[in-house]
Amino acid sequence: MRDSFSLKTIGFLAAIFALVLVLPLVIPRFYTYTLALIYVMALLAMSLNLVVGHGGLFQFHHAAFYGVGAYTFALILTKTAMPFWIAFVAGPLAAGLSGCLIGGFCVRLTTLYFGMLQIALGSLIWAIVFRWYSLTGGDDGIHGIDMPSCISSTNASYYFILVIFTLCLIILYLILKSPFGITLRAIRDNPERCETVGINVNLHKLAAIVISTLFAGIAGVLFVVVERSVFPDLLFWILSLEVFIMCLLGGWFTFSGPILGAAIIVSLRTFVGTYTEYWTLILGVILILLIFFLPEGVMGFLAQKARPHERGLTAGEK
Amino acid sequence: MLRVESVRKSFDGFLAVNDASLRVEKGEIVAVIGPNGAGKTTLFKLITGHLKPEKGSIVFKDENIVGLPPYQVCRRGISLSYQVVNIFSRMTVFENVQVAVLSHLKKTGKLFSPARRHGIEDTWQILKSVGLGDKAHRVSGSLSHGDQKVLEMAIALGNAPDLLILDEPTAGMSPEETAVTIELIKRLTEQMGLTILFCEHDMELVFSIAHRIMVMHQGQSIIQDKPDIVKGDRRVQEAYLGGE
Repeated sequence: MRDSFSLKTIGFLAAIFALVLVLPLVIPRFYTYTLALIYVMALLAMSLNLVVGHGGLFQFHHAAFYGVGAYTFALILTKTAMPFWIAFVAGPLAAGLSGCLIGGFCVRLTTLYFGMLQIALGSLIWAIVFRWYSLTGGDDGIHGIDMPSCISSTNASYYFILVIFTLCLIILYLILKSPFGITLRAIRDNPERCETVGINVNLHKLAAIVISTLFAGIAGVLFVVVERSVFPDLLFWILSLEVFIMCLLGGWFTFSGPILGAAIIVSLRTFVGTYTEYWTLILGVILILLIFFLPEGVMGFLAQKARPHERGLTAGEK
Repeated sequence: MLRVESVRKSFDGFLAVNDASLRVEKGEIVAVIGPNGAGKTTLFKLITGHLKPEKGSIVFKDENIVGLPPYQVCRRGISLSYQVVNIFSRMTVFENVQVAVLSHLKKTGKLFSPARRHGIEDTWQILKSVGLGDKAHRVSGSLSHGDQKVLEMAIALGNAPDLLILDEPTAGMSPEETAVTIELIKRLTEQMGLTILFCEHDMELVFSIAHRIMVMHQGQSIIQDKPDIVKGDRRVQEAYLGGE
């Protein structure tokens, strides 16, 4: 990653930002809704990529934290009289807390064992949500959650989500550029060497997980803002897999890759899903093609094309 | 500075290190030599905390460091440069060293301030002193083996160690690269006043720069003394030099 933006990049970003600001005024409501959903999934994928692509951790059940954020937000809004903003802050905090608890167990293990333990512990949260009818509504979930009037229209919720999403992107970008970000990538490349240069690897891994799950919680809250409902599928492992694929597809060693991955997957699901029930079949084909032809994802591929000597390594060594 | 007293370590019944003792004083260059499998690397890993001895003591600057995890040992001033290249292969040469510098400055937890403001001068200084300045922005995995070995050492320097442990610094290097590395090690000790503990198969290198030499054979330290005395020792000749 480069250290400063060129004028070209700034112009490009400004153009995109202007475009997404204007779009809801000219496109049908359904597309605005879909775009908002893309931002939510993109934020979720980026939060995952912080630990997967940049941290090298096998965060296999990221959706569990997304679901915890969404459910906390929804439950506070529907079961208590607390104001919106408290619910909005509590969602990510609860997600971060669960990330800290589960992560605390997981960081003691490495690679696949880390992933398997996380699937087990995450599924536990899913099972609780799924079974606890009196609180969570079980497999029915909670629907028709009221939002404050200022963000209740499709366009208003779109802009609200866009603002939060942009803020989160900036913060994530800063984190990846910080000493912590470099340390995280060093841990991904070589945890043993990190220990040897005096870095408390497990502590840094845990911090990364907490940050990542905080952002997953924010994504969960934003999902409720778009969808007005929560259901157990939000923390089911299939969603975790889908988000993982978004990172891989977009380019897991790049910053913006997961956004692209989320856009592709959500669009496919939305538009192909209207023609066939078997859209996951297409997802499967994409995954196979991806592994063979774009092992570093779309953005990784483009970056390699643009700067061949700088990314002198092939993905084969991973 | 460092005192290792009769440490022992076995793997599945095989005694890798059995009753090894070692003493390193400040400012010294001490070499550990011995045939393959004598336990040199194991001894180093016992010192750096990667392995835990079954018995014996390791005292560094009057503190018992047995049982400390590697990152704690490093924070007390011991840096290890590996025998097999062990770098951050997807990151640039600069970042490789910067990570160690950031760790030394205790800044790895900084979240919101750009990394380009931290540890930059120290990193440049190290890269220039080892001669990697012009390759700073290359991805480290794409360097030649010799350069990677030098980077390996540069990372270890990032922690501004009091004691630098080099596990076969010239392993796999061409003769030219070896010569450059020897010069580098000599310069490091003269300019930075580093204390170095290293092991090496290149006897010329060992006898040209080491102040004292410790000889290991089958996990035991058989002698530790000045190069001339070691050279003339009968046990050493039997165990090692005589066999060549």
